[in-house]
Amino acid sequence: MARRIAIASPVSIAGEAPPQVAVRGPGWDGRFTVLILFLPPALLLFTLFVVLPIGEAAWYSGFNWNGFGKPTNWIGFDNYRFVLETRAFWLALRNNGLIIAVSLAMQLPLALTLALMLAEKFRGAVALRMLFFMPYILAEIATGLIFSFVYDGDYGLVASIWRTFGAEPPHLLASTDTAMLAVLIVIVWKYFGFHMMLFIAALQSLDKSLIEAARIDGATRAQTLRHVVIPLLYPTIRLSVFFAIVGSLQLFDLVMPLTRGGPADSSNTMVSFLYNNGISRMRVGYGSAIGVILFAICVTFAFTYKRWFMRDE
Amino acid sequence: MNNTETARQPYDPAMLFKALFLTLVAIFVLVPLLATLLGGFKSLGELRVNPFGLPRHWEWQNYADILFSGRYWQLLRNSLIISTLTVTLTLIVASMAAFTFAHVKFYGSSMLLSYLTLGLLFPAATAVLPLFIRVRDLGLLDTYFGVALPQVAFSLAMSVLLLRRFFKDIPHELLEAALVDGCSYIKFFRYVTLPLSRPILATVGTITFVNSWNAYLLPLVMLNTDALYPWPLGIMVYQGEYSSEWHLILAFITLTILPTIILFLLAQKHIVAGLTAGAVKG
Repeated sequence: MARRIAIASPVSIAGEAPPQVAVRGPGWDGRFTVLILFLPPALLLFTLFVVLPIGEAAWYSGFNWNGFGKPTNWIGFDNYRFVLETRAFWLALRNNGLIIAVSLAMQLPLALTLALMLAEKFRGAVALRMLFFMPYILAEIATGLIFSFVYDGDYGLVASIWRTFGAEPPHLLASTDTAMLAVLIVIVWKYFGFHMMLFIAALQSLDKSLIEAARIDGATRAQTLRHVVIPLLYPTIRLSVFFAIVGSLQLFDLVMPLTRGGPADSSNTMVSFLYNNGISRMRVGYGSAIGVILFAICVTFAFTYKRWFMRDE
Repeated sequence: MNNTETARQPYDPAMLFKALFLTLVAIFVLVPLLATLLGGFKSLGELRVNPFGLPRHWEWQNYADILFSGRYWQLLRNSLIISTLTVTLTLIVASMAAFTFAHVKFYGSSMLLSYLTLGLLFPAATAVLPLFIRVRDLGLLDTYFGVALPQVAFSLAMSVLLLRRFFKDIPHELLEAALVDGCSYIKFFRYVTLPLSRPILATVGTITFVNSWNAYLLPLVMLNTDALYPWPLGIMVYQGEYSSEWHLILAFITLTILPTIILFLLAQKHIVAGLTAGAVKG
C-alpha cells in the first residue's frame, strides 16, 4: 500500500520555505561547490527515472507501438478510446472503489477501535500492537501466497472449515462472485495494523489535560470519546483515509499471487489491469494510455483531497 | 492473549468485551501465519485433512530440502544485493540533496524541492512501460542496477523530505561557527551532520530497505534471468512449478518471510517509526 507515503504537497513545501535570494558574500564559493556536487545526483536520477517516463508515457500513448524500433504509427487519442471502451477497465475502477469503501467502512473503524484499546497501558498491549502491525511489513507477494493457501478449495483452511460442516468446499478465488471479496478480506488483514499504528501514535501525542478536564466536568467515558478524543483525531482520520485511497490506487503485488486479476477480470485493480493489458503484452501505447489515466486520477485526487480536507495541515 | 486479566473487577463486562475482541483479532492475524509455518512441516496428505493443527508427524525434510538447495540462498542473495544497493544509494544521494536544501540558501531552492516532492503524488506503476524502455536503452535491463536505480529515484522524494526536516533542526549557528573556523560545507556535512543524524538515517534506511526487499513490480519488469531474481519473483516461479504441492510452497514462504520477521523483531522501533514517520510528522 503506502509504498511511498505522500506527506506534503509541493504547494505546502513552497509555502514553508519562501524563496531566498542568493547573496554573494563570504562562503559563496563553498556554497557553489556544494550546489554543484550535492544536488545533481538526486535531480538527475529523479528526472531520468520518474519525471521523464511520465512525460514519455503521455507521448507514447499516441502511438500503436510494441516497444521495438521507433514509434511511428501515430493514432492520436485512439488508445484512450480503446481503454475507455474496455469493460475490464471499468471493472478495475469499480474494484478500486470497492477497496476504498471497505477501507472506510471496515478497516478504519477496526483500526480506530483497536488503537483506543491498545493505546492504554496494560500487560501485553505492546506485544499485541506489534502482532497487529506485523502483516503490514510482510511482502504483499508472501501475503498473497499465504492467503491463496487459506482460500484453496482442496487444501486450504476455508475448505477444511467447510468440510467440518459437511459441505462441498468452494473455490473462492476461482469464482467471479467471490474472488474480489476474498481479495478485500486480505487487504483488511494486511493493512489494518498500519492504520492502527497511526492512531496509536496520534493518541499518545494527544493533550491529556483536555481529556482530564472533560472527565472532571462530569463527562462519561463514552461522552469523552465522542466529543473530545475523536474530534482531536480528525486530522489523523483524514490522513488514514488519504493513505487508504492512495494505497488502493497502487495495489498490485497482493492481487497477483491471489487471482492475477481474474477470473474474467473480476478482481483487477487499476495497476493489475495495466500490467495484464499493457506490460505483459508489450502494448506500449495502450499501456501508457492506462498509465496516464492512472496518473491523472492520482494527481487530481491528491490535490483535491489536500485542498478540501487537509488545508489546515 | 488474555492480557486484560489484570483488571480489578474480574467480571467487568467492558473488560470482558475488550479481551474477547482483542483475542478474536489476534486469532484472525495469527491463524494464517501459524498455519503457513506448520503446514511446511506436514505431508501433503496430512495438510488436506489437518490444515490447522500441529503436525502428527513432523516432516523436517520439506524445510531441509529448501535450506540445502542453492535456490533459496541465491534468491536471498539477489534480494540482499538489490536492497543494499538501493539503501546505500538512497542514503547518499538523498542526504546530500537534503543537506543542500536544509543549509544552503540559493535561488530556486524551494522550487527544486517542490519538483522533487512531485514524486510523492503517483505510483511507479503509472510510468513503468516508458521506464522499461529507458532502462533498456541505457543497457541496464537484466542487471541489479536496472532495478535499484529506479527504486532509488522513487524513494528520493520521501527520503529527502524526512532528512531535510531533521537536518534543519541542527542549529545553524553550529554551521556558521564551523565555516568561520575554515571548515567547508562538505566537511561539516561529513563530520557533523551525518554523525548527528544517525536516528533519521536509520529510519530512512529501514523504510527503503523494507520497500525494496518486498518489491515485486519493478524487478518483474526489469529482470529476465532467473539467476538474478529477488525472492518475491523467485517464490512466484517456485509456486508455478510446484503448483499444488502446498506443503513445499508453505515451507518456502515461511523461509522467505523469516528474514523480514527477524529484522522486524530486532528493529521494531525503527520500522514502526519509519513506516509511520511521514504520516505522523507530516
